[in-house]
Amino acid sequence: MTDIIDRLIFYFSFSFVQYALIVGVLIALCSSLLGVTLVLKRFSFIGDGLSHVAFGAIAIAAAFSLTNQFIVVLPITVISAVLLLRTGQNTSIKGDAALAMISVSALGLGYLVLNVFSTSANLAGDVCTSLFGSISILTLSTLDVWLSIILSVLVIAVFLLFYHKIFSVTFDENFSTATGTKAKTYNFILAIVIAVIISLAINLVGALLISALVIFPALSAMRVFKSFKAVTICSVFFSTICAALGIIISILAGTPVGSTIVAVDIVGFAIFSLIGYKRG
Amino acid sequence: MAQLTCENLALGYEGKTVVSDLSFAVNSGEYLCIVGENGSGKSTLMKTILNLKTPQSGKITTDSGFAATEIGYMPQQTAAQKDFPASVREVVRSGCLNRVGLRPFFNRAEKQLAEDNMKRLGIEHLAKRCYRELSGGQQQRVLLARALCATHKILLLDEPAAGLDPKATAEMYDIISDLNKSGTTIIMISHDIEASVKYASHILHIGNGESMFFGTKDEYVSRGGYGA
Repeated sequence: MTDIIDRLIFYFSFSFVQYALIVGVLIALCSSLLGVTLVLKRFSFIGDGLSHVAFGAIAIAAAFSLTNQFIVVLPITVISAVLLLRTGQNTSIKGDAALAMISVSALGLGYLVLNVFSTSANLAGDVCTSLFGSISILTLSTLDVWLSIILSVLVIAVFLLFYHKIFSVTFDENFSTATGTKAKTYNFILAIVIAVIISLAINLVGALLISALVIFPALSAMRVFKSFKAVTICSVFFSTICAALGIIISILAGTPVGSTIVAVDIVGFAIFSLIGYKRG
Repeated sequence: MAQLTCENLALGYEGKTVVSDLSFAVNSGEYLCIVGENGSGKSTLMKTILNLKTPQSGKITTDSGFAATEIGYMPQQTAAQKDFPASVREVVRSGCLNRVGLRPFFNRAEKQLAEDNMKRLGIEHLAKRCYRELSGGQQQRVLLARALCATHKILLLDEPAAGLDPKATAEMYDIISDLNKSGTTIIMISHDIEASVKYASHILHIGNGESMFFGTKDEYVSRGGYGA
């Protein structure tokens, strides 16, 4: 046991490990905040679709050999999120089919672009990193860290400011609109925030695993708690603790960060399901 | 002064017209029941009045007491609400949102209003309970309390007794009738023509051609009703 603690202290003396933990926990916090809304609005699939779009954006950034991929990924994801929510509201276009189309297109074209234009010697490794996260969180630059911190603070601020409106729009969009809350505006804000979170989270867990960060905390908390406030607070704790544990385990065991966090999330979900079941 | 006037409305969805030539007016303090067959356009009419939909043609005029911030609306329950983790208090308070503006939190008066409305509908002891675990009748009361937080002037109700047992149905109608007596205008969609005739002051029967009717309850009864 002391051996493990000594090793942890040793690892945490490196600034890149500290950065990874700070950024990882912040991203987990942000993604869990909106998880409840996304799951309940049946939007969880949008997170998944957007993460594929983000992968496509990363491929483009890589093709142009941009050092800071975030500059490309963020705007593309935000625009896609807004467009996707628009189609979702239009009943004559099937939202899920449009989404499936966009996500496979982004995935396919992204890989094509990488193959044709990439100058990297380790193409398979690059693709794997973008899809599953792996080591990128340990190679964050100071700029990445600050960008993550600023965007996380913005996401948290937006959530706190609009907490009651988000609740109302999620619970009953027709009632909110009819009584004068601008549900469309809040859906728009939600779309942008989701896109920001996904652009951030792609650093931590990679494109394919982002949905886990959004869905597991919300679903786990919903097993045990009964009010929106309690569920939201619980998902935040669930998500940050799982992320921190996942990062620490991955450092100690040398496993990929993203998949380790997801594994911890699954264990957490199982525990919460059990608690929920016992409580009846 | 009519709170709401609809003239020659044509309503429908996806390009199809469901009902046309619909005209009626609602004055302050009246109790209007909208009845008609399934698919005759009752819910569409309500959504149009609420500005959730635009009419295909025709005109809706409202007086100043009918701004979106002064409407109470009790919709039918949605599928998403069936597993929504929300306490009764949270749901009722969300009715106050149209007073809040850009302020991020509820103030004391709004919280008090929510408490008062829960008390009024006899659900204050359920305040901390989870909405999805309540009985159908209790859930409807919660939604009605929420609607009351949004207004005391005009209430639009979309089948408030749907899925309730006879006792809960009678209680719900009594509550609505009391609200009407205390001055709230009621516009309600109902399947229950018997109850509509018992409680309402006016009836709007939606249908095409001959079966369309708008007038007072007594006129409706003397014509022998439709589909009753």
